[in-house]
Amino acid sequence: MKQILELRVNGDRHEVGVPTHFTLLETLRYVLGLTGSKQGCDKGDCGACTVIVDGEAVLSCIMPVQEAEGREVRTVEGIAGRRGAHPLQKAFDLTGAAQCGFCTPGILCSALALLEVNPQADRDEIARALSGNLCRCTGYTKIFEAVLLAGQAMSSGREPAEIIGEP
Amino acid sequence: MKPGPFEYVRPASVEEAIAALEDGGYDAKPLAGGQSLIPAMNFRLAQPAVLVDLEDLDELRGIRAREDGGLIIGAMTLHRELERSTLVAERAPLVAEVMPWIAHPQIRNRGTVGGSLAHADPAAELPSVMQVLDAVLHVRGPDGGRTIPVDEFYLGLFTTALEPGELLTAIEIPPLPAGATCAFEEVSRRHGDFALAGVAVVVETGADGAVARARMSLLSVGDGPVLAERTMASLVGRALSAESIRDAAAITAEDLDPPSDIHASAAFRRHLAGVLTHRALDRLRA
Ligand SMILES: Cc1cc2nc3c(=O)[nH]c(=O)nc-3n(C[C@H](O)[C@H](O)[C@H](O)COP(=O)(O)OP(=O)(O)OC[C@H]3O[C@@H](n4cnc5c(N)ncnc54)[C@H](O)[C@@H]3O)c2cc1C
Ligand code: FES
Ligand code: FES
Repeated sequence: MKQILELRVNGDRHEVGVPTHFTLLETLRYVLGLTGSKQGCDKGDCGACTVIVDGEAVLSCIMPVQEAEGREVRTVEGIAGRRGAHPLQKAFDLTGAAQCGFCTPGILCSALALLEVNPQADRDEIARALSGNLCRCTGYTKIFEAVLLAGQAMSSGREPAEIIGEP
Repeated sequence: MKPGPFEYVRPASVEEAIAALEDGGYDAKPLAGGQSLIPAMNFRLAQPAVLVDLEDLDELRGIRAREDGGLIIGAMTLHRELERSTLVAERAPLVAEVMPWIAHPQIRNRGTVGGSLAHADPAAELPSVMQVLDAVLHVRGPDGGRTIPVDEFYLGLFTTALEPGELLTAIEIPPLPAGATCAFEEVSRRHGDFALAGVAVVVETGADGAVARARMSLLSVGDGPVLAERTMASLVGRALSAESIRDAAAITAEDLDPPSDIHASAAFRRHLAGVLTHRALDRLRA
């Protein structure tokens, strides 16, 4: 059984025909072609599918797509602005916070949902906000460094590279 | 993996939801935050034919102050709202304390208090917390409404007193009695994981300094929340002391018959229950 839904994703309006049993994640990946959000476990354990819905981080693998209607969905594809990478993305690049990259889209979304409300979040607050995102590569240290750096950049308006003295 | 096909209905009122559930019988399930139900469906551990989404039922949302100092919490209120509510922090500090222990931020942004209580996962925190707070559950079904004390709500593993077609609509928490203090302790492998064992406790101290009434409930050590009745009785009539706390911890561990699984053996769970009882009561003595 299919139904027609109207979704708002990264500022774009989409009218999509989706099977009623699709999750938001399946709709993003297999209907809209937005494959940035990853399908890691499909049961809420890994956080690789994290997206931002109405400003809050949620797991798209366990959100029925119908519940995204009438809400503003943001995915990793929508984080960069017209002027290029977001400070959070630049910070991940500069600190080496992504290795294989599978967890990165979800972590960027969890971190952004935190920083947009609280750019001065400390390391503990960051660790708590990211507790639902597994990373099997980095050991988290560089991810926390990146989010701290991004927070500094977002609250001061300076470039992450400038803050750490990179050319 | 993908869930099997199902019919999705989104009622606009509680009456409509109850009618849809009644129509669907045992094959219909209410959908709250979906944070337990959808993972189960993705792996086909649950295959409801009809999902009745409670999303639009605003009458099931929100935290209201009762005149006597208690609270009424709508079943569809998000974990996140409880976590952020100053009213909850003031009137039900035990609920505020337990929220960060429940899953991860993304899950608390969607999961609901009613879903947690109705799901009856033996490792869930809220059933034990609501039990020690003497909460009363408000339920509505085809034959009208009724109330069920938490002590009578949990019947077994993932099983509650809810009949098919019945919805949990609200949770009523009476005010904390004067002289009452409470604590929550748990052990899990990583922050946000389900508990290996946990304990919620409320102790009411009388004017003479002796414990007048005690409520203690454990999680993840049985089929549902486990009321530690003999421990509660052992605390009453004397002041909390190193000795009474040692006794309480020993009785708690002795009375339990916890399950063994890949996460922890029965013996380890029993040990944890004793240690956590000790820690929680120590905090109340301090
Ligand atoms: C990775 C992960 C970790 C988690 N860790 C924890 C944890 O540590 N502690 C914890 O307590 N929980 C944990 N949870 C579960 C989470 O708290 C869920 O939000 C909660 O158990 C169910 O709430 P829900 O609103 O999502 O309900 P749903 O998943 O929508 O529903 C759960 C069940 O309750 C029924 N139901 C829901 N609402 C009602 C109602 N109003 N009336 C009647 N029946 C209803 C549904 O039909 C279904 O059978 C975890 C979940 C995940 C995915
Ligand atoms: S894919 Fe959603 S949490 Fe793993
Ligand atoms: S970078 Fe590989 S899982 Fe995080």
